[in-house]
Amino acid sequence: MLGSGILKGLAVTAKNFAGSFYDPERMATVQYPEERAPLGEHYRSFPLLVCENAADPLGTLRCVACTICEKECPPQCIYIEKSKDKKPDATGKPQLYPVIFTIDTAVCMGCGICAELCPFDSIKMDKVFEVTATNRFTGLLLERDQLAKSNAYYHSIRPAEAAEVDARLAAERLAAEEKAKAAALAKAAAAAAKAAAAPPTTPPSAA
Amino acid sequence: MTLALILLSVLILGSAIVALSLRNLIHSALLLVACWAGIAAFYLWAGAEFVAFAQGLVYVGAISMVVLFAVLLTRQGTASEPLGFASWQRFILALVAGGGVAGILVGAVLGTPLTVTTPGPVPVLTVKQIGAQLMGPHVVALLVVGILLTVSLLGAVVLAAEENVKSPEDEV
Amino acid sequence: MSAYAMAVAGSEPFLERAPLLLRDAFVQLLPAPTQWLVHHLITIVAILAVFGLFFAFTTIAERKLLGRLQNRRGPNRTGVPQFSILPWRFKHTLFGLSQPFADAVKALTKEDIVPAAADKLLHFLAPVLVVAFSLLTFAVLPFGRNLIPVELDSALLYFFAAGSATELTIFMAGWASRNKYSLLAAMRALAQVISYELPLMLSVVPVVLVAGSLSTREIALAQGGWTFGIIPHWNVFTPWGFAGFLLFLVAALAESNRSPFDLPEAESELVAGHLTEYSGFKYALFFMAEYFGLTALSGLGITIFLGGWQAPVPFLGFVPSYAWFMLKLVGMIGFFIWVRGTLLRLRIDQLTRLAWQFIVPLALINLLNAAFWSLTRDWTGALQLVRWVISAAIVVGPFVLLGRKLNAGRAPRTYRYATS
Repeated sequence: MLGSGILKGLAVTAKNFAGSFYDPERMATVQYPEERAPLGEHYRSFPLLVCENAADPLGTLRCVACTICEKECPPQCIYIEKSKDKKPDATGKPQLYPVIFTIDTAVCMGCGICAELCPFDSIKMDKVFEVTATNRFTGLLLERDQLAKSNAYYHSIRPAEAAEVDARLAAERLAAEEKAKAAALAKAAAAAAKAAAAPPTTPPSAA
Repeated sequence: MTLALILLSVLILGSAIVALSLRNLIHSALLLVACWAGIAAFYLWAGAEFVAFAQGLVYVGAISMVVLFAVLLTRQGTASEPLGFASWQRFILALVAGGGVAGILVGAVLGTPLTVTTPGPVPVLTVKQIGAQLMGPHVVALLVVGILLTVSLLGAVVLAAEENVKSPEDEV
Repeated sequence: MSAYAMAVAGSEPFLERAPLLLRDAFVQLLPAPTQWLVHHLITIVAILAVFGLFFAFTTIAERKLLGRLQNRRGPNRTGVPQFSILPWRFKHTLFGLSQPFADAVKALTKEDIVPAAADKLLHFLAPVLVVAFSLLTFAVLPFGRNLIPVELDSALLYFFAAGSATELTIFMAGWASRNKYSLLAAMRALAQVISYELPLMLSVVPVVLVAGSLSTREIALAQGGWTFGIIPHWNVFTPWGFAGFLLFLVAALAESNRSPFDLPEAESELVAGHLTEYSGFKYALFFMAEYFGLTALSGLGITIFLGGWQAPVPFLGFVPSYAWFMLKLVGMIGFFIWVRGTLLRLRIDQLTRLAWQFIVPLALINLLNAAFWSLTRDWTGALQLVRWVISAAIVVGPFVLLGRKLNAGRAPRTYRYATS
C-alpha cells in the first residue's frame, strides 16, 4: 500500500536511533581524540627518512642524496643538497649523504611516489596525520632532522613492509660482505698466486 | 487613528505609483504586493478583520505568487525596454479609453450620496455571522463565483495540458 | 480578555496563572499611560525569548537527533569555556549543549558578503522580512489556557495570511542574489507554495467545520474532555481528524521547506538555493525564520489536531497547560526531524504531482467526511459505531484506491543502469 515504504524507512531510522545508545557496533564514528579508528596497513601521510640508529639519526641515514625523489616529486616539494664528502652507508659502501633535505608538507600531496622510487629504501611514508604548525611557511617545512625516523619506528608503523626491507637489506649486506670476502679471497688468492709465482721470478743472480 | 489612515494611504498610493513608474518588473510586482498589504492593513484599520485577513491571504499570499511566477516565466527581451511614443492616433485612443474609465469612476463617486453621520456603535461582526450571511442570503453569489473560478481553473488546465513525450527517467 | 479576567479571579491553579501574574506585577510598576504598551511589549519579548531559545536548542537537537538516526553521535564537544566558574569538572562539555551559542557567535563574526550584481535593497530586505513574517504567526497560537498573545475571531485566517508571505521573501532572496541557483530556488519556492498552500488550508478546514470557529482558542477549547476518562477528545483521534492531521503534516513539511520537500534549498543540487549568496548573520536569520516557521506550523498542528494545551489524561491535569503545549511542540519537532533523517528529497514534478493528484483530492474528500461527522453529531449508541465505520471508510477507501491508481506502473521502482 502507498506509504508503507515511508513507515518502513521510519522504522529503520528509529532502530538506528535506539541502537545508537546501547550498541557501539552500530556507530559509524569514533570519539576522535580519545578513541582512534585503526589506520589501514597502507595508510600514508607525509614522507619520512629512515635511519639505522636512533641515537645518531643524521649519521646513519639511508639516504645517499641520489635526488631521484626530488626529480620525481609531482608537486616539487623536496629539496636536496648533496654532500661534498662520502660516508659509508648501510652496506658499508662509501656514499654521498644529504646535507640539506627538506620536504614542504604544505605542498606535499602524499602521493607516495618518492617512497616507491627510492632505490635505497630510505624515504618511506609516515602515518602521522595530526600535523599542526603556527607558521605555514617555516612551520610546515620539515628539515632533515625532523624527517629522520629510526628503523624501529618504521617497523612500528609498517611491520610487514619494514621486515621485507630489512630482509632485503640484510641480503644485500650479506651479498656485499660475501662479495667483499670473495674479493678479498680473490685478492688473497691472487696475492698467494703472485707469491707462489714470485720465487721463480727472483733474479737468478741472487742464488 | 487619522494619522494611521494617512500613513496607510501614503503606503498604498505611494507603492502603487512607484510600482507603475518603475521599469524593473520584479520591483513593480513586489511593490504591488506592498500595496495589497497596505490595503489589508486599511481593512484592519476599518475594523473589517475578516476581509483584511482574506485580503492578506488571497492577495499577499497567493496572487502575488502567481504574478511573480508569470513575470519570471515571461521572456524579458525587448519588452522591458522603455516604450517610445508610437503615434498620435494611439495617444488619442488611450486618452479616450483612460478618460472614459476615469469619468465613469468619478461620476460614480460623485453620484453616490455620501451621508456623513456621526459614527454610531461599530457593529461587532463575528466570522460566524459573515459565514451565515454568505451561506444564507448570498449563497447564489458564492456559488456563481465558485463555478466561475472552477471553470477558469479547468480552462487553464485544458490549455496547459498537452501530451508530453515520456522519457524513461520520468518514471516515478 | 475574558480568559484574563477568569485567571485573575483565581479559579485556576497558581502555576497556570503564574506567567500572567508576573506580567501584571511588572506592568503595575509603570505609570498608567504606558501600561498598555508595556503589556503588549512583554508578550512580544516573552515570545521572542522563549522561541529564540527554543530555536537555539532545536538546532542542536536536530543535529544530535539526525546523528543518532544515522548512527552518529552528533555535536557533543562544545561546553562551557575553560574559565568556567563551575566548581566541579565534568570535562566542561555539557553534552555539547552550548553549541548553538558557539554557532551564533560564529555567524555574527563572519563577513557579510553581498554579491556585486545583487539587488542590494532586496538582498538586505529578504532576511529581515522572512524573520518578521515568520514571527507574526506566533501571535494567534494559544500556548496555554490563558496564554494567547492576540485573541482573534479569525485567527486561522490570520495565521495563513501571515505565514504565506514567507515564501515571498524566499523569492526575494533568490531573485535579488543574481545567481542562477538562487533564481531556480526562487522558482521552486513559488511552485511549491502554489501547490501546497491549498492542501494546507484544505486540511485545516475540516477542523473549522466541526469546531464551528476560526478562533484558535475556541478550537483548542473544543477538544477538551475525555471519553471513558482516558481517550482525549482531540481531533486526531477521529477518522477525519487523523486523515486531516496526516495531510496537514505533509503540507506543513512542504510549506516550511523541510526535507523531503526542501527543494528550494536542495544543498546537493542548488548549493543551498536561495541561501547561496548569503553569509554570516543574514544566513543565520534565514535559518531562524525557517525554524520559527516550522515551530509555528507545529504549534498550529497541535492546536487544531492534538488538543492544543489540553492534557492527554485527566490525572495529569495539574501540569500547567503551557507545559503540555511545549511538550507536544517538542514531540512534533522531533517527528519532523525524524522524517528529515529518513526520507529523500522529491523531484519538483513528484512534488507537484503529489500535491495535485493525491493530497488535494484526499483533503477535499476529508472535508466531506468532516461534514458527515458534524451532521451526525447526535448519533449515539450503536449509531456511534456506524458513524465511526462510515467515517473511517471515507478515509481509507479513497486513500487505498487513489494510492493504487497513482502507483500503478510507478512502484516498485526499477533501475535500468544499477542493480538494486
